[in-house]
Amino acid sequence: MTDQTSTPGDDGRTPDAPTSDGRAPAARTPAGGTASGRSPGGIDPRGPRVGAAITAVLLAVTLLLGTGGAALALLAVIAALFLVGTVRGAQGSVQGRVFRALVQPRLAPPTELEDPRPPRFAQGVGLVITGAGVLLGAAGVVAAIPTAAALALVAAFLNAVFGLCLGCEMYLLGLRLRSRSAG
Amino acid sequence: MPMRIELLLAVLVLAGALGWWWSWRNGRFTAVSERVAAVAHETDDAPAPPASTVSPRLTPQELGVEPGTRATFVQLSSEVCAPCRRTAVVLSALASDHPGVVHVELDVEQNLELVRRFHVLRTPTVLVLGPDATVRGRMSGAVSHHHAIASLESLGQCPGGARAH
Repeated sequence: MTDQTSTPGDDGRTPDAPTSDGRAPAARTPAGGTASGRSPGGIDPRGPRVGAAITAVLLAVTLLLGTGGAALALLAVIAALFLVGTVRGAQGSVQGRVFRALVQPRLAPPTELEDPRPPRFAQGVGLVITGAGVLLGAAGVVAAIPTAAALALVAAFLNAVFGLCLGCEMYLLGLRLRSRSAG
Repeated sequence: MPMRIELLLAVLVLAGALGWWWSWRNGRFTAVSERVAAVAHETDDAPAPPASTVSPRLTPQELGVEPGTRATFVQLSSEVCAPCRRTAVVLSALASDHPGVVHVELDVEQNLELVRRFHVLRTPTVLVLGPDATVRGRMSGAVSHHHAIASLESLGQCPGGARAH
């Protein structure tokens, strides 16, 4: 009674061509090598944005906790997360690992890859803001805790929701200031 | 606690407004009148450079290539900039599709003189040059194909721009 519709002959075939052409190849792909030999180690650009969303939620909780010890402790945890991201890049941060473990397997492959340096720069900006908040808060300036949390929340929110690359906006201003003071 | 929730909402509303304004502004073509360019030079807080260096015209030496006969897109990029890559892809495709249109990508770090001269504050900033290689306008932020086409069209409408005779 075995209906022999499936023949076990071709094992090596990958089921990548369904009958309904759900993904027909584009009529004209961009000319080969549009990446023009840029840095080879590109990362999925959705990773830093998901990471920023996680960070934004933590910062919102910090803001709700006010100026007490709990708020200071949570801000210190966030600063430590930014430190990891600054040292290892956004893809190596704790949020980046969460993205790869939980989110990325459920998404389609990325259509483009992103240079890992801009998100890493943004992690450094986050570290400076939250780190200053932790240091000032520990020194008794408790208003610095919600202030730093609010500033970092704006940056993380803009990154998560709008894809704003803070590094791109700030890099040139920093460069102009440095070159002006140098010469 | 209710005060804190209001504070949180205020921060999120502010961030949302900022983000909306930012994404609306990205890639939009802004025409520069010569009068504005002259005034901008006078109000610069830096010491005024000799008149010859504030010319709105870019020389082939500065560009590294011959300017286009119709338009030249001078893209100022930094290495720490993801939208610069997307913009470069859009503009180089536009240049190869339209005769007379040239795309040049320059690194801000090596071109700080240009950055100051044209008061460039963010990357990517694209200076749009007319057929005579003078700056007619600019776009900053990620430039879409739609934005780039719109800038080419408004270039054609500029006084002294490329016009059919």
